[in-house]
Amino acid sequence: MNRPILAVDNLEVSFHTQSGIVDAVRGVSFSLQKGETLAIVGESGSGKSVTAKSILGLLPKQIASKRAGKIIYEGKNILEFSLRKMQALRGAEISMVFQDPMTSLNPTMTIGKQLMEGLYRHRKVSKAKAAQKAVEMLQMVGIPNAEERVNTYPHQFSGGMRQRVVIAMALACDPKILIADEPTTALDVTIQAQIMDLMRNLQKKTGTAIILITHDLGVVAKMAQKVAVMYAGEIVETGPVEDIFYRPMHPYTRGLLQSMPRLDAPRDEPLIPIPGFPPDLSHPQRGCPFAPRCAHVMKVCNAFFPLPKETHNGHMAKCWLLDERANHRDRLVRECREVSDHG
Amino acid sequence: MSMMKIPETVPDDIIEDLFVPELVRESRSEEASTPSSSPWKDAFRRLRASKGVVLSAILILIMASIAIVGPAMSKYSYDEQNLAHSNLPPKIPGLQWLGFDGKDRQDTDVYQQRNVDTAYWFGTDEFGRDLWTRVWKGMQISLFIALIAALLDLFIGVLYGGLSAYYGGRVDSAMERIIEILMGIPSLIVIVLFAIILEPGILSITLAMIITGWVGMARIVRGQILKLKVQEFVLAARTLGVSNSRIIWKHLLPNAMGPIVVNVMFDLPTAIFFEAFLSFIGLGLQAPLASLGVLINDGFKQMRMFPYKLVIPAVMISLILICFNLLADGLRDALDPKTKK
Amino acid sequence: MDKSSVLIEVNHLKKHFPVGKNKMLQAIDDVSFHIHRGETLGLVGESGCGKSTLGRTLIQLYEPDSGEIIFDGQKLNSNAGVTERREYTRKMQMIYQDPYSSLNARMTVMEIISEGLIVHRPGLLKEERRRRVIELLELVGLSPKHVNRYPHEFSGGQRQRIGIARALAVEPQFIVADEPIAALDVSIQAQIVNLLKQLQREKQLTYLFIAHDLSMVKYISDRIAVMYLGQLMELVHSEELYRRPLHPYTEALLSAIPIPDPRLELSRERIVLQGDVPNPITPPSGCRFHTRCPKVMDICSTVQPQFTEAAPYHYVRCHLYGSKEVVACPE
Repeated sequence: MNRPILAVDNLEVSFHTQSGIVDAVRGVSFSLQKGETLAIVGESGSGKSVTAKSILGLLPKQIASKRAGKIIYEGKNILEFSLRKMQALRGAEISMVFQDPMTSLNPTMTIGKQLMEGLYRHRKVSKAKAAQKAVEMLQMVGIPNAEERVNTYPHQFSGGMRQRVVIAMALACDPKILIADEPTTALDVTIQAQIMDLMRNLQKKTGTAIILITHDLGVVAKMAQKVAVMYAGEIVETGPVEDIFYRPMHPYTRGLLQSMPRLDAPRDEPLIPIPGFPPDLSHPQRGCPFAPRCAHVMKVCNAFFPLPKETHNGHMAKCWLLDERANHRDRLVRECREVSDHG
Repeated sequence: MSMMKIPETVPDDIIEDLFVPELVRESRSEEASTPSSSPWKDAFRRLRASKGVVLSAILILIMASIAIVGPAMSKYSYDEQNLAHSNLPPKIPGLQWLGFDGKDRQDTDVYQQRNVDTAYWFGTDEFGRDLWTRVWKGMQISLFIALIAALLDLFIGVLYGGLSAYYGGRVDSAMERIIEILMGIPSLIVIVLFAIILEPGILSITLAMIITGWVGMARIVRGQILKLKVQEFVLAARTLGVSNSRIIWKHLLPNAMGPIVVNVMFDLPTAIFFEAFLSFIGLGLQAPLASLGVLINDGFKQMRMFPYKLVIPAVMISLILICFNLLADGLRDALDPKTKK
Repeated sequence: MDKSSVLIEVNHLKKHFPVGKNKMLQAIDDVSFHIHRGETLGLVGESGCGKSTLGRTLIQLYEPDSGEIIFDGQKLNSNAGVTERREYTRKMQMIYQDPYSSLNARMTVMEIISEGLIVHRPGLLKEERRRRVIELLELVGLSPKHVNRYPHEFSGGQRQRIGIARALAVEPQFIVADEPIAALDVSIQAQIVNLLKQLQREKQLTYLFIAHDLSMVKYISDRIAVMYLGQLMELVHSEELYRRPLHPYTEALLSAIPIPDPRLELSRERIVLQGDVPNPITPPSGCRFHTRCPKVMDICSTVQPQFTEAAPYHYVRCHLYGSKEVVACPE
């Protein structure tokens, strides 16, 4: 395996809130190879956005009270970077696309100016060059009449078009990593399809690695090569996309897949919901955070946090059912065991 | 939380008997862990936690109660003149060390010099009127003005803004135009007009406030109601067939109450200051009536000779303004914790 | 078709909103359909297509400009008396999208759920009301212990259950569910959908289920109506809609939805629509979809197609299926 372009090692982030300290991210580790797409999947409050924002150092210091672990980008731990060094990195090396295209553009600046801003700052190009590049970027993301539209303001664009502009801005300086935080959630399905196609084509052209944060498993299936499933601030399962979808080992991942209706499945196939609701991270409990909602819970689950269990191709899950000592008569245990044995 | 730190490795003594299915307790995740608390109680708890709020609330209470009973504690009324006792410095037996020692700037004991045996706590003015009585009378006026402002805000402002927003459409635009006209008239002009027609005094100030004092509140309430009335819980109430009055009283007003309370609290010091300012420039209360503004104006003229005449009412008005502002600030933070970061 | 089995019938409904000078937002234009007793009709469409407006017009939150709504054999009439109006508003309730703004933060669960009872059953004693609220809480899967709590103490899924209990309190026949799961987490969505299905069985409810997520709509609905720019484009049994979509918009919509199956996604042919949804203030002439339609013909930009039965029980508004001849299915 090549050296990863980004490696997150045991990242921990805590927040001070009204109801006490919330451990939003509790020991997250993953790595990203050049040109690959890693999807981080999870429900609201699972810590997926916080993980992404801490890669760019976007969490305000007074709120994110505790940070631990390492984020290694090109051999350097960027978690320890000063604000100035971080600013040099943002937009140029690692850039981000946010969920809401309505608020992520400055309404008082033309599209062109906003596109050129990053180029001036990071690439120190001449004005003419930057203007030319801005038009090129707009053409690349499929905006018609790019030469005219660089001089227009964001309110003259529709939601889908704005998200294209946001993507153009994020890619203007040829970053090595693009973090996309729910880039299609605010868009309609037909527009979502356009944006997903665009992102995939751009990735083929530029070789940018993408961290895609989403709750939509359909988007994951279409976009990602690698998946990390987050629950209660931890990655409970990670692996290649096929393993996650066809051979899930963690009951939570299985639950997610079973609780989503599929367009191509017959109507009478029942949905199996995951009971209960996500845990309150300001009152963490002992043991596995998924235990209260898990149908296969054992005594050990409520007492100890499960250790990661990894197969040879990088498919990892944290679940006691994968332990040799778990009951072999349980169907899920047998299936999981098969997965982890044959990989 | 660190005390919850999960052991990194499973101890060897985890034996296989832990690997047995746990009975799933159905209700376990359904139970909320904290005792029930209403949004109002929560706000009150946050309010109590703030030292500034508690301190200013206590100070306001103390000042208000002295303002009520204070004048009766002195045997002189606020307009009783006694030229023999004019310009006496403050003297409070037992509090000499605080400067209330009855000595003038040359350090001569005026009381001894003029052979006065009663102690005037806050001293007297040039006509020998008791300043203690006058200061607390003035405080009464200030609090009365604050009360008027609050009542106007609550009754006219809330009602006007609420009706305008709830009925919307033509009613709303007509009522908005009226507000715009009222806002266009400077309140100083209104008060001068009333002072000419009637005469300067508490009545003309009150009338001026009735005309313009509630306009800000009406606008705030209108904004709140406009925002709330399209929210889904109001739609839900309408689909349930809930009557208009119940929607207004049970759904709209309780949810707009936070901004209303905060705005009232911010309006109080403004109104107090407005009255004091008018009295100071001679458009408000007239002598012999006492208001903090009148007293400050009197004291200001003799600032060098008799500084106590200025200092005491000035401290009083500053104190009441600061207290009201702190209280309002605390209320805003308590009622809307989102704005506080 | 048996007339008495139809609970609600909508004929040529129209609702326009004035926006600025002489401009009308054509939220609903010439919409006709009916829903049978105990049936779930799914209503899908992109944001701004008028699906929420349609739901709200059905339950009388908005006054239609023209067209008629016949509920339970009775034409709904804005001039109806107060008691009559109250009675049919009771029979039609709504479940809202946002579990946060749909509950009054200053009221307890008890007050929220019992509000409908106070209006429609004023004779009920306080103790009876309380018992009824507890029954309803249990029905939607919440603990009766929660009765005196405030909405902010609940999670999104629990709040949605409270909203469902509030609607059920007045024993409605027809419920409009306006994107009831859109704001919920994936693992909670299935809980709410299953609850809605179970309640439908137990109480013989009729649903209009509005959503933009076609896969969930397909799962819960018997028939599906596809809406685009204020008009119904296709209306058919939900399996049929997936297997044999007739309207090009439906085809595109179906193919735009990503399926959680990576191998399938890799091989899937996708129709990606170009451009954006036009402005509903100035909708395109002729067929409203013609600006984005991959199968556009000359006639489409001038003549508005009619909503016709192109195949048995399969309604579509498209010139490809003009007059009576049924075009062979695309498969």
